[in-house]
Amino acid sequence: MTGPLGKDLLGLESLSGEQIRLILDTAEPFKEISERAIKKVPTLRGSTIVNLFFEASTRTRVSFEFAQKRLSADAVNVAASGSSVSKGETLVDTARNLEAMRIDMVVIRHGASGAARFLAERIESNVINAGDGTHEHPTQALLDMLTLRDHFKRLAGLRICICGDVLHSRVARSNMWGLQKMGAEVAVCGPRSLLPNAIDEMGVTVFRHIEDAIQWADALNILRLQLERMQGGYIPSLREYNRVFGVSSERLNRAPKDLLILHPGPMNRGVEIDSDVADGPHSVILNQVTNGVAVRMAVLYLLSGGKPELAEAAKGGGGR
Amino acid sequence: MTTNALLLRGGRLVDPSQGLDEVGDLLITDGVVEAIGRVGEVRRDGNALETIDVAGRVVSPGFIDVHCHLREPGREEVETIATGARAAAAGGFTAVCAMPNTDPVTDNQAAVGFIISQAKRAGGSKVYPIGAISIGQLGETLAEFGEMIGAGAVAVSDDGKPVVSAQLMRTALEYARTFGIPVADHCEEPTLAMGGAMNEGVMSARLGLRGIPAEAEEIMAIRDILLARRTGGHIHLCHMSTKGSVELIRWGKERGINVTAEVCPHHLSLTEESVEGYNTNAKMNPPLRTAADVAALQDAVKDGTIDVIATDHAPHHYDEKERAFADAPNGIVGLETALSVNLTWLVHRGTLDVPTLVEKMACAPARIFKLPGGSLRRGAPADVTVFDAEVAWTVDPARFRSKGRNTPYAGMTLRGRVDCTLVDGRVVYRRGD
Amino acid sequence: MPRRFCFAWRPVILQPMTDRQSIVLDARAMDRTLRRMADEIVELNEGTDDLVIVGIQRRGVQLAARIVSSINDREHVDLPSGALDITLYRDDLQTVGPRPVVGPTNLPWGIDGKHVVIVDDVLYTGRTIRAALDELADFGRPRRIALAVLIDRGGRELPIQPDVVGRRLDVRASQRVDVLVAELDDRNAVIVADKQ
Repeated sequence: MTGPLGKDLLGLESLSGEQIRLILDTAEPFKEISERAIKKVPTLRGSTIVNLFFEASTRTRVSFEFAQKRLSADAVNVAASGSSVSKGETLVDTARNLEAMRIDMVVIRHGASGAARFLAERIESNVINAGDGTHEHPTQALLDMLTLRDHFKRLAGLRICICGDVLHSRVARSNMWGLQKMGAEVAVCGPRSLLPNAIDEMGVTVFRHIEDAIQWADALNILRLQLERMQGGYIPSLREYNRVFGVSSERLNRAPKDLLILHPGPMNRGVEIDSDVADGPHSVILNQVTNGVAVRMAVLYLLSGGKPELAEAAKGGGGR
Repeated sequence: MTTNALLLRGGRLVDPSQGLDEVGDLLITDGVVEAIGRVGEVRRDGNALETIDVAGRVVSPGFIDVHCHLREPGREEVETIATGARAAAAGGFTAVCAMPNTDPVTDNQAAVGFIISQAKRAGGSKVYPIGAISIGQLGETLAEFGEMIGAGAVAVSDDGKPVVSAQLMRTALEYARTFGIPVADHCEEPTLAMGGAMNEGVMSARLGLRGIPAEAEEIMAIRDILLARRTGGHIHLCHMSTKGSVELIRWGKERGINVTAEVCPHHLSLTEESVEGYNTNAKMNPPLRTAADVAALQDAVKDGTIDVIATDHAPHHYDEKERAFADAPNGIVGLETALSVNLTWLVHRGTLDVPTLVEKMACAPARIFKLPGGSLRRGAPADVTVFDAEVAWTVDPARFRSKGRNTPYAGMTLRGRVDCTLVDGRVVYRRGD
Repeated sequence: MPRRFCFAWRPVILQPMTDRQSIVLDARAMDRTLRRMADEIVELNEGTDDLVIVGIQRRGVQLAARIVSSINDREHVDLPSGALDITLYRDDLQTVGPRPVVGPTNLPWGIDGKHVVIVDDVLYTGRTIRAALDELADFGRPRRIALAVLIDRGGRELPIQPDVVGRRLDVRASQRVDVLVAELDDRNAVIVADKQ
């Protein structure tokens, strides 16, 4: 027996709109737990979870940790940075070690696309993808969607523009698929050198100019511009990037309506987003952080339990 | 001295080198083809005549693979010349050309000699070394083509890596003219392909994998063709994978440029869709492309734009492929599935007839690389492949003679299979043995 | 503890059923029973001071609302009422897996020092009430917690007993008791049916 999401959460491309809605709906009551004096429920008592981070990430890891602690799970953090051993070998050995320790769930962040799936196919524990290479980051997109839904009370028909380095962004991919499955219209805007070559075949509108995107959208999800991209030769300079693609209040003021501003963080103020926008009245960047814990609690909850051998033993008891 | 005689009786004799396609008998004596004739009409006096009934089977010149990686010296745990030669025999190949990207690189006459002597000891299919273009395949200094040819090399290539320097490629093409050998190039523009793990397109965008655009291959293909025009040398383009490359080769051939090209069975059968789920056994370089590319390559084989089908057999240790996709090595084994894949995708789907397939797998490779074999003419070495073109079987990599198990065809049901392989009249493989 | 409504404590012996379900309480009987329960709660509490009624999601919430409105009518007060979703406190997640729907817990006032009455539709194994007690403990320290259930069907697996009972039923393990409320089910009734 597997839960309503299956064994793992690897990405939003493989989920149905109904499953995404279930996660968002489940996240609602979890928000309230974080408002209580005692921010803890016993739901995952006895579950052991490993947070396996092959890439440094404070935000996502801390958010998962809070979600786990608020559900009373026992979580262990493993920071496996790139050692002399090649990444792949570490991953397969890690999978075997985790399996041997009989843990219930693994949250994995890895620099290689497909790493979460690689692990999920090799262990019985539930696997949650906390970001794999430039592939997916499903919990980030879910918290983005929850934040949008909180504000607009719906996702269907919303116009969301994802701005910036879509090519290297797992957040962009998860958002594109997740939002489309929920009936939203998705656009992207960024320098063509930072958009996938096949972007036109991916069902999204492409804006060349940020001004046009601002005219069109209900909300902007502004991606972090990795500073390596400049060294990689994708853009000539951060200054020019800000001039051409930066989201400033001056540009936003010319929009026909107020746009909601999201950013997965951490922000490069003055590059992809200006400070007055980030701190402005329409920024929901901190709401995203709050919702991150609730969404991750919902995912942990929906993936947990349902061990078939125990269900068999419990038959006959049960009921209310 | 007693003579050894073997009669292959009642098979469909297919030999495009002499326009032959009819049911008959093939008589082999002392390792050479002695006679071909109608069933029952080929007779030989004497008592030592062994007969194999091959009715219902195709009897063709032995296949020749002009592109494989046997990993010895250097990676003997992955493949050896002996296991590679046995895998070749099981795939119907009576000869294979071993690429020089070994460790150390096959870039001098001693290294070439080592492969020749290992192949003799292996006693399976023939193994012809290909020497490196540049010393250490570093793309800097020309290797000693003459000495390598003298020791038994049949061509030069830096395969595994492209020849980045256009000047070096020009020199290689000019220098190789002295020896009348082809210069085989792995066409890949390194800055465009850098870090790429699969074809660039919607699939790579979806999977978040860095793509290798078709142009990375095509830019080098046209560079090589133009340099062949300039130098008059013979450029052989390895493992062509894109529709654009086909058009460029056609352009070159129309102008009489000395260009030949090969394509691999996987590029004639599979698309980038095989990568779905981060299947590392579908990771190779050049990568699997799109359905339009596959169709263009199939047409190019049919119309002669592409001359030969070669395997690019590239075994890897099993745990090397047990990695995240971007970290896994490129390449798949191909010797033991090549015929079946070609029959299944090209012949049984109506693109090619059996004689054309034999031309691409046996005759053309011998002609282009100037190798013995590729023909069943009287007096030719009795390198013969006998295969069943119809039988369906399911690929089980555990049964491969190669040490490599990395194939995207595992579990697939293919049609057509090798029954028997003869090298110089000697049976080196017989199904069921 | 006052136990005046003697008929309520006589176990109802159900006739062997030929059809698959039978109605134990119809809408009017259910109303009557809830009104009586409201009275008992007030008596138990010796008035309405510090009284807090909390319904357990889902149908306990609707029953609690009716009990509250009955008390408010008779006592001319405005009692606070709340909702408790015990899903996250269940002890069977590892066995049966997650319930897809988690309802809200809504306790908008402090419960420290209050007299909390938990209202649920059917009391069976007692595990739901165990979970509810755990959850309430995370919200504060009530002076006293009492339990009011519309149906007590026996079959306890934990040492938990109700303080106020609408109807006691003797039901086989192979049967289930469904409490229907108009807000969710379009009608009010209590039905005993064979498990499918």
